Amino acid sequence: MLNEESNNIAESTAKGATVDLDEVEFFAKIADSWWDPKGPFKPLHILNPARIGFIRQEVEKHFDLEANLIKPFEGLRLLDIGCGGGLLSEPMCRLGADVVAVDASEKNIKTASLHAEQSGLEIDFRNNTAEALAEAGEQFDIIVNMEVIEHVADVDIYLSACRKLLKPDGIMLLSTINRTAKAYLFAIVGAEHILRWLPVGAHDWNKFITPKELAAFSEKAGFAPKAPTGFVFNPFMQKWSLSDRDVAVNYAMAVTAD
Amino acid sequence: MAEATELTSDITIIGGGLAGLTAAIGLADHGFDVTVVDRAAQEALTDVSYDGRSSALAFASCQLFEAISVWQYMEPYAQPILEIRVSDGPSLLHLHFDNETLGDGPLGHLVENRHTQIALFERMKELDNLTFLAPTKVADIKRDKASATVTLEDGRVITSKLLLGIDGRGSMVRAHAGIPTSKIDYKQHGIVCSIEHEFGHCGIAHERFLPSGPFAILPLTGNRSSLVWTEKSHLTETIMGLSDRAFQSEVQRRVGDFLGDVKIIGGRWAYPISLQYAHDYVAERLALLGDAAHGIHPISGQGLNLGLKDVAALIEVLVDARKVGLDIGSTQVLDRYAQWRTTDNASIYAITDIFNRLFSNDIEPLMLARDLGMAAVDKVVPLKNFFMSHARGTVGDLPKLLRGEKAL
Ligand SMILES: Cc1cc2nc3c(=O)[nH]c(=O)nc-3n(C[C@H](O)[C@H](O)[C@H](O)COP(=O)(O)OP(=O)(O)OC[C@H]3O[C@@H](n4cnc5c(N)ncnc54)[C@H](O)[C@@H]3O)c2cc1C
Repeated sequence: MLNEESNNIAESTAKGATVDLDEVEFFAKIADSWWDPKGPFKPLHILNPARIGFIRQEVEKHFDLEANLIKPFEGLRLLDIGCGGGLLSEPMCRLGADVVAVDASEKNIKTASLHAEQSGLEIDFRNNTAEALAEAGEQFDIIVNMEVIEHVADVDIYLSACRKLLKPDGIMLLSTINRTAKAYLFAIVGAEHILRWLPVGAHDWNKFITPKELAAFSEKAGFAPKAPTGFVFNPFMQKWSLSDRDVAVNYAMAVTAD
Repeated sequence: MAEATELTSDITIIGGGLAGLTAAIGLADHGFDVTVVDRAAQEALTDVSYDGRSSALAFASCQLFEAISVWQYMEPYAQPILEIRVSDGPSLLHLHFDNETLGDGPLGHLVENRHTQIALFERMKELDNLTFLAPTKVADIKRDKASATVTLEDGRVITSKLLLGIDGRGSMVRAHAGIPTSKIDYKQHGIVCSIEHEFGHCGIAHERFLPSGPFAILPLTGNRSSLVWTEKSHLTETIMGLSDRAFQSEVQRRVGDFLGDVKIIGGRWAYPISLQYAHDYVAERLALLGDAAHGIHPISGQGLNLGLKDVAALIEVLVDARKVGLDIGSTQVLDRYAQWRTTDNASIYAITDIFNRLFSNDIEPLMLARDLGMAAVDKVVPLKNFFMSHARGTVGDLPKLLRGEKAL
């Protein structure tokens, strides 16, 4: 239900913008909306600590890293697919990773680059696709693939590109939405229609993927999938937490090269 | 050698008093690069004439000092509080708390502020990611979406992700951010001095409710105690002007004879007393802690303890943020600190305010009511435990550091 590519808000700003509006100022405005924790991307800001917590936990386990390091990802090359405004790319960089972040939208890339520069972070943002990077033979220790798969046209083609991008001893973290009645209520009825967290039509329920299907798709692409972890939302605390059992709505899965 | 004029650190702190230095050390101990700025020199901050107060440090505050390796330098000067006796002037009914009821070690410790400050400087020397700049004056503060910049009068510029205002009641940082405050002036002063006495104090702290306001006798190491004598402001000047002999006999009269002969040691100080709180604890790239955020009546000896709770909560919030790579100075992160601390502090403001109003007068029915109230509280174990846990500082949603754990 949460996705960084559906920034219709920014899109409409683009159409309304006057020609002589200074480009930097224009993207700075969009960056402000991406990075405002109470703004249009509020749900992502609320979800961020939980999903980064998941990424960190899985990467620590996989590479057998020491606990509580300030920069645990130091020396690891990381790819952030569908980076949007850079909400994940920046934390990954602060955790020490050498980050390459791609997004199909040029506007997102300009926005994210500007914000990262203001934050004093060095991130290699590229207006590109996973498929093109795979084609060019790039490889990574960590791939973050959060809330992307439910939007791609062909899951098989997409995942086999991801497989090429992953180093033999690397790890990829996927997250998406389950295709259950609860997910329908929560993501479509709740987030789009009631809470207006996301624009109506941002999601197509038929494209939602069950953990079992995701595991099967991954295996077919040459990955070894692990057990899924659920994200559970507590509306009173306005906080997400990780759950081993409840994967009914948002969930994540770590996969390694088979 | 020329000094660097452009400094960068994760966090800049204005104010290196008790709360400020504790924050600096705690943050540096958790791996953050910290720069502290104070207008007073280290020698001035630890001079015998600078601060005559002693603080009753709640058990939880001592845990914090232990967790960040400061306690070892304070311990020789710390007097455990084994019992607290609250009494209403001449009345025989009283309330009495001791550590047997909770069975968990002392209720807290009394330490002279000067010794705590010296201990903090000792610990500071061991941390090379902590820079202390003093005496120096802040010429300008600028904050924007990405950073906070502090320019000093000597031309040095410090840029960081987060600025902390821990510069006391008259906080310049708070004024710079335009954060309004509310204030109640109690028209009372706290007269502070230390005494030496003939008999031992047995680790008992006394709080007496005299008509002019509360009078506290707090045990220090050896046969010494620290006094906080709350007096109506219009009488303070006269009392402060008394000859040493006359002052000593006024003190003896108020203390009574249970400690034998008392003798004043060192100077005397008078602090105006008010309740003051900032309407916001945070702003863009900025957080307020300690007295800069809230100053309360010393009646409950909680002022510094509250500041230390701010410190422990902020460190935990920042460590949690760093763990997931969030920007430590972002609104999202600072809001969590503000939420955590405002809820907790608000109840303390109210309790101490009501206490002072109730106890700073001699209207008959009120006196009777509070005597009966105290006697009643003394009999009811759960109620007593409630008050004691407050005194120990172990209630509420406690940050890890106040439980003696690192915030990792
Ligand atoms: C009579 C009395 C008795 C008390 N007893 C107790 C007790 O028993 N227990 C307890 O917990 N609390 C007690 N308190 C409260 C306690 O003393 C305070 O809460 C505590 O000292 C506040 O610490 P702080 O570091 O926030 O502020 P401060 O101690 O005021 O420190 C502020 C620091 O900032 C510096 N500074 C200020 N302005 C600037 C500037 N513009 N630029 C640079 N630096 C600046 C100052 O030099 C100072 O070092 C008592 C208070 C009073 C009045």
